[in-house]
Amino acid sequence: MSQTTTIHGEKISLLRILGPGHVWALGVGIVLVGEYMGWNFSVGKGGAIAALIACWVAGLLYTCVAMIDSEVTSTVAAAGGQYAQAKHIVGPLMAFNVGLFLVFAYTMLEAANAITLGYLIQTVGGMTAMTDAAGEALVLHDKPFIVLTIMFLAWLNYRGVYATLTFNLVITAIAFIAIIILFFAVKPWTTEILRHEELMTGLPYGWIGVIAALHFGLWYYLGIEGTCQAAEEVRSPARSLPLGTMTGIMTLLIAATMTWYICAGLMPWEYLGQAVTPLFDAARFMDSLPLMVLLFIGTIFSTLASANGCINDASRAWFSMARDRYLPQWFGAVHPKYRTPYRSIVFLVPVALLFAYYAPLDQVITFSILSGLLGYTFMTFNVIMFRRKWPIGTIQRGYVHPLHPLPALVLLVLCAATYFAVFLGYGTQLMAMMLFFMIASLWFHFHRYRYVRRGDQFTMPWPRPLGDY
Amino acid sequence: MPDISTLNNFELLEYGAWAISILLGLWMLFDTIKTNMSYSEDLLTSSREGEIEDAFVIDPTHQGGHR
Repeated sequence: MSQTTTIHGEKISLLRILGPGHVWALGVGIVLVGEYMGWNFSVGKGGAIAALIACWVAGLLYTCVAMIDSEVTSTVAAAGGQYAQAKHIVGPLMAFNVGLFLVFAYTMLEAANAITLGYLIQTVGGMTAMTDAAGEALVLHDKPFIVLTIMFLAWLNYRGVYATLTFNLVITAIAFIAIIILFFAVKPWTTEILRHEELMTGLPYGWIGVIAALHFGLWYYLGIEGTCQAAEEVRSPARSLPLGTMTGIMTLLIAATMTWYICAGLMPWEYLGQAVTPLFDAARFMDSLPLMVLLFIGTIFSTLASANGCINDASRAWFSMARDRYLPQWFGAVHPKYRTPYRSIVFLVPVALLFAYYAPLDQVITFSILSGLLGYTFMTFNVIMFRRKWPIGTIQRGYVHPLHPLPALVLLVLCAATYFAVFLGYGTQLMAMMLFFMIASLWFHFHRYRYVRRGDQFTMPWPRPLGDY
Repeated sequence: MPDISTLNNFELLEYGAWAISILLGLWMLFDTIKTNMSYSEDLLTSSREGEIEDAFVIDPTHQGGHR
């Protein structure tokens, strides 16, 4: 079929086909890998107790994020999530920056996941201990598998959102169930296997260690806010988005606490703080082959689910910005058959490949965390402006978060503490990132904004805002 | 091209991963070009925020679209 002209009124839109389960799979899928690896570096920063404090403080931060996001997204049901929120509530320059935060956070996280998956496959290859004819140990290279991960998941995303997120739902559920099975296998009701009393060593670096641990404490939950990116593809956004997001953060709080409890009771903090795959290592401590296989599968699945969700979210953010002409409009195209933002998906593939292929893992992760953190900081004043401009009762909300403005203020304080924590370890990267966003903002203000059709970008049928904003 | 008979299992796996990656990449590239050429730019970029519920959508499998 070839169609070269547009029949009057014909439009192609993203497919509205997802349910709350897919929203849950998108949010938890992106994050659960943080339970399988990464969170434990907080143990290295300040000991096991500091990691638990970081787990709960970051949990509080993300509960605020989830509550705030659920309320605002239930009214701004548009692809692009926080970008669309910023556009309607704060203004174009903020929206442009938030859009970039999202694309960076998810593309970097996708690259980090691909690197990790390549490493895991390489490690398993190493465990087979093959040798060549001369008796030299053979090495399985990680690069082909890094590239394959990105290409396969991009292809899946290209072919349609329903298959992509159903795939995420299945593998995320398996990865979550694996943690629960391990939790019961260590018999948490006895001290037969777990040795918390013996392994808890207080705070080896004092309270500064607790602050430093916050940096990696975010890893337990980083990305749950990605649920909003599905807003234009979910069947009942006002109901499904808050439901998927809130059940997602509850799942993660449970998974994070169980993960800490298992690992901190099995491994000394000196080892745990630098382990690559702590949950898999916990299964190895149990000396049970089925558990080892299950947790290895969980590790692989959680990594895949995270990369998969990241491709989905980064492409939606890029697509939304292009649709409003914040970026070249060419990227704002929807595939007529698969109903996906196919040009955005294809464009971001080489970007992810470049970072996954050449950049070191810790740098990629730090850039992802920083981009996410900038996004959370935006949410604090975004929700305060939202409530002042459109108070309760002026527009219909699918969810109203309690105790406003307390969650916003708590979020702001926790963001400030986390900036300090990141600054302690990665001050140069923090400054470089800030500089990048400043230059990008100047480019947008003085060059790009002239292409934006200013009246067309505000699409929500809201009444005029109150106040002097 | 390497001689397949001299490759070990690891090398076969690696070449397999490269081959699948290249195939998937080429498939996406080919489909993108084909789609770009088969439909007008106005139609491909016709999606608008906030118009989803009432949009007249095209789906080639339904030959023309449905409301």
